[in-house]
Amino acid sequence: MTQLALVIDLNVCVGCHACVTSCKEWNTSGEAGPLVDLRPYDADPTGTFFNRVQTFEVGEYPNTETVHFPKSCLHCEEPPCVPVCPTGASYKREEDGIVLVDYDKCIGCKYCSWACPYGVREVDAKRRVMTKCTLCVDRIYDEALPEWDRKPACVRACPTNARLFGDVHDPDSEVSTAIRENGGYQLMPEWGTKPANHYLPRHKTRITVREDELERSDNPLRIDSKLPKPDRDEPSLDDVTSW
Amino acid sequence: MHPAFSVIFLTTLIGAGQGLFIALFLVESLGLLGMAPMQNGTFFAFGILASLILLGLGLFASFFHLGRPERAWRTATKWRTSWLSREVIVLPAFMGVVFLYGLAHWLNFNPTLFTLPGDHPVLATVALGAVGTLLAVALYVSTAMIYAAVKFLQEWHSPLTVVNYTLLGAASGFTLATAYAAWSGAQLVPVLASTAIVLTLLGLGTRIASLIRNARIKPKSTLQTAIGIKHPRIVQKSQGFMGGSFNTREFFHHKSDGFVRTVKWVFLIAAFGIPTALLALSLVMTVDPTNVLIAAALIQYFGLLAERWFFFAQANHPQNLYYQSAS
Repeated sequence: MTQLALVIDLNVCVGCHACVTSCKEWNTSGEAGPLVDLRPYDADPTGTFFNRVQTFEVGEYPNTETVHFPKSCLHCEEPPCVPVCPTGASYKREEDGIVLVDYDKCIGCKYCSWACPYGVREVDAKRRVMTKCTLCVDRIYDEALPEWDRKPACVRACPTNARLFGDVHDPDSEVSTAIRENGGYQLMPEWGTKPANHYLPRHKTRITVREDELERSDNPLRIDSKLPKPDRDEPSLDDVTSW
Repeated sequence: MHPAFSVIFLTTLIGAGQGLFIALFLVESLGLLGMAPMQNGTFFAFGILASLILLGLGLFASFFHLGRPERAWRTATKWRTSWLSREVIVLPAFMGVVFLYGLAHWLNFNPTLFTLPGDHPVLATVALGAVGTLLAVALYVSTAMIYAAVKFLQEWHSPLTVVNYTLLGAASGFTLATAYAAWSGAQLVPVLASTAIVLTLLGLGTRIASLIRNARIKPKSTLQTAIGIKHPRIVQKSQGFMGGSFNTREFFHHKSDGFVRTVKWVFLIAAFGIPTALLALSLVMTVDPTNVLIAAALIQYFGLLAERWFFFAQANHPQNLYYQSAS
């Protein structure tokens, strides 16, 4: 069974919010209706977003790291928001595992948002229904788009390729490989919601230089095992201008 | 959580309405058993009218919680999984039975429906009352389970939530029934007042038990599990926006700790202390206790509004971990 999901690489995300604006632009222009912005140029602005990028500081000064953390619906494999819905407006698609809200059935009771520990559902103040990330379901199957473009708007927008999109149930997919090989993890695993979206942890990038790499290992006779140390007065020599 | 007045009024009003119905059916049962003076149909009809008004006001208040109240009929569809759906089914069913119960008393229409083995005739009002009482209990459970079933709100996710909703609703209904009995001159104040005292004190016990439980809760989620970074010191620097959002409004009460503490003491005194004292006073009064009992019912209802406000405000949603400036 297919389970489409995003894999977000925290090691690469620079917190530029391109995914946020791209998501808003795509989803506010769709046939489901606009995502409201209230008082956008006034004091106390507010609005509906499916995707947010938050920033956390980890550690104590001066040993701190800044972590940019994009957050959208995780399309859980055991979505706690679905069974609580009294109308069946909140549902998980059998065919690709996307959790969606039927905006024509939703009564706006907000119960599903109480039953989501991640806080990724937002009531749209104008449409008065619950809204959430659709994984751009109106984009990824759109045959009018070229195949390379059939990805969620946030994935297409990311300038650092921090967002990967694919089927996490297919062991050979790009996302499954990334999760497996780069230590992908889920948020709040303690609740048993089994989020489909995964995050790749930050890691330090180091170049290990061994002792023999400082020697000329491509010299078969190894007669110049050490690089010469010219005297201070002599012109310096290096590998390129070899003697 | 943000305490929404629509839900506060819904839960307290229907709780009292259910309790009032149970009290009236208890009065009828005791009358039939010869353990209390039998009342006439008008007494029950007007009592049921009061119960229906409370239930109707509660139902009316609940619509203000919905973004799309015109679609409310759809809520009856997912009763297999959703307690909210179950409540939406049980509430009108209960109101229907309460209405028929009152109507039967008003018209004095009370044939024997069937006879139980051992020659016990079952009257129509008794059958309706028994079904109504079952539905009242089912409604208490459904209403409370809406909250108790959400495992993420650890303050709510406990059998004590169901017990409290039932006991507090029944206590306020019985206090109201006592006041109604005194006002209508029925000789029922001793039996109803003492039942109301017992229910109020039981409710006090279980509510304090849940206060103690909630004070000792260890949150299951931390900022570390929320973003998956295992470092003891993580500070949020940005929520992703500078204005508010649904997430900063819906899940927090936006009041000071002192205010919340005050509300706790207000409800402990107003929902339990004062009503118990006034009900006890009515038992020993030699003059007409009607005004004292009406005051007891009103103060208890006000106390339960505070109790429900506190119930919502105390629940801390794990999503607040992502919105540190709000929580």
